[in-house]
Amino acid sequence: MLLDAQSMDQSMLNQAIRQNGSDVHIINCLGQRFIAAGMSDKTITIDGIPGNALGAYLNGAVITVRANAQDAVGDTMNDGKIIIHGNIGDAAGYAMRGGRIFIKDSAGYRAGIHMKAYQDKVPAMVIGGTAGSFLGEYQAGGVIVVLGLDSGSRRIVGNFPCTGMHGGKMFLRGDHRDISFPSQVTARAASQEDMAQIQPLVVEYCQLFGRDPAQVLDAPFTMVTPDSKNPYKQMYVAN
Amino acid sequence: MEYNAYDEQRRSSVYFVYPGEAFAFFIFDLKGTDTMRLEGQVRIPSGCAIAAVISKEGKKMSGEGITNAMRPMHDRSNGLGGGFAGYGIYPEYKDFYALHLFYDERSTRKNCEVFLKERFEIVKSEIIPTRKIPAITGEPIIWRYFVAPLQSVLASQQLDEKEFVARTVMKINTEMPGAYVFSSGKNMGTFKAVGFPEDVGVFYKLEEYEGYSWTAHGRYPTNTPGWWGGAHPFTLLDYSIVHNGEISSYDANRRFIEMFGYKCTLQTDTEVITYIMDYLLRRQGLTLEEAASVIAAPFWSTIAGKAPADQERLTYLRTVFPSLLVTGPFSIVLGFDGGLMALNDRLKLRSMVVGEKDDKVFIASEEAAIRTMEPNAEKIWAPAGGEPVIVNVKEGAF
Repeated sequence: MLLDAQSMDQSMLNQAIRQNGSDVHIINCLGQRFIAAGMSDKTITIDGIPGNALGAYLNGAVITVRANAQDAVGDTMNDGKIIIHGNIGDAAGYAMRGGRIFIKDSAGYRAGIHMKAYQDKVPAMVIGGTAGSFLGEYQAGGVIVVLGLDSGSRRIVGNFPCTGMHGGKMFLRGDHRDISFPSQVTARAASQEDMAQIQPLVVEYCQLFGRDPAQVLDAPFTMVTPDSKNPYKQMYVAN
Repeated sequence: MEYNAYDEQRRSSVYFVYPGEAFAFFIFDLKGTDTMRLEGQVRIPSGCAIAAVISKEGKKMSGEGITNAMRPMHDRSNGLGGGFAGYGIYPEYKDFYALHLFYDERSTRKNCEVFLKERFEIVKSEIIPTRKIPAITGEPIIWRYFVAPLQSVLASQQLDEKEFVARTVMKINTEMPGAYVFSSGKNMGTFKAVGFPEDVGVFYKLEEYEGYSWTAHGRYPTNTPGWWGGAHPFTLLDYSIVHNGEISSYDANRRFIEMFGYKCTLQTDTEVITYIMDYLLRRQGLTLEEAASVIAAPFWSTIAGKAPADQERLTYLRTVFPSLLVTGPFSIVLGFDGGLMALNDRLKLRSMVVGEKDDKVFIASEEAAIRTMEPNAEKIWAPAGGEPVIVNVKEGAF
């Protein structure tokens, strides 16, 4: 079903998405917020620029954006998939607790802030280009992968990655001895066993955006994990 | 966050607070006794939107484009303030300072004009044309003057022209109840009101002005009830600031800057940023990059990782101007004669994107606003925190 978002505000647009079957193609999108919030059982394609909090609380729907996306994509998403054919703004995947976000190019600040996991709910985010500062800030679970493709001489993450990280895993393509991590996390070369966990994610990224997985995987990866279950035991009070 | 009792003495307000609602309504009133609620009695949550456009070739654009750019960001404001600054809009009076004033009543205007005539040659004095629309109500008297300081007064006060104009603006804004200068540069002008920005642009008929650069703001006031004077941009001389954020260093910055003759009259954080930029750029002669490194100074740990020459420069600036470090969230656009500078706080706690197309550079809180101005904008990117984006119109084109 084709939806022209030109003269729709966010609530009209979301209502139209809910009422128009399982397969929706939105055109002329321009800044409408909360698109597909909480939705499941939908496949949504967006042409234009969706507004902030795209796919917030997403519960199983699949969203493809054929352009850049703004801030807070996938805020607290529970399940489903968000695919961005461009860059993504700040705080992508804020507190996401399930599902996957694939970003063709780069992410802004604070991607994956406070991602979490519980039992079989393990969210994942793959960033094809570079990520801004505070990547994985307060990460509590899930998997963040940064590939740094076409990043040239730029560092693939900004300053202060993993600040406050206390769970989950972060994978950075390359050997990143020049990046300084906080003392509560450990960065080391990913083993074959570690790589087995992210291989399906990288392969899916490559299928989505037309890359050769063998070439992308043919590089050292750095894996960052918190040192223990409670690395901040003495930070404020004994707990 | 700070609240200054001293401001209470010169301005009063009447507004209604709906119990339990995050909403306050303010009526323009500069006279009478003090009724303003204290911080904590009014809860106004945070937001704001900014946008800007500049032609590097100095090509003129009407104010309609920037007005429309604010539409997709409507929800970032709450109707308590919107405003615009246009540069290059008064070519026929480009050698004169354009003073834009709000007055509460006719007698205030008459008194202020007597004061202005003692200091300036006034070559033109007129009401600023506006359009009556239902969305904008309770407007004050809005006037503009094109003026040149009297040479005899400049000579007797031993001041250069700009300093004289700046001091005159401060004098009116602090000592003349009911009068407020909200724009004072040459060949530029600020237009602001209580309302949503897209309505404010229509109210001021911005489609009738042509400028080589424009900045815009939609307000969601966090610390003060919205008032016409408190809408953005905040300006002094040709410097204007639009700001999305809420700085936590306001009082530290204010205490420092007030030592140099600036008076923060509105308790709103953006005003102090404007005066800081005037102080650093005009009075201290810093470059734009240096001023950015003062207000959004990198962390010491970040400075430690820089090349020796950068370490030395950044350490010097942080050491000389520690009280001008602006902390807390901000994304700002500084407008000035012939250019714009966009800057985020060092932690990048607010969004800002930049795009380009041909001779034009676009800046906005959201890409959607840029796409409204130019659907085919290219090179969309988000500057890092503390990384200034400076765009100058080519020499001789403005």
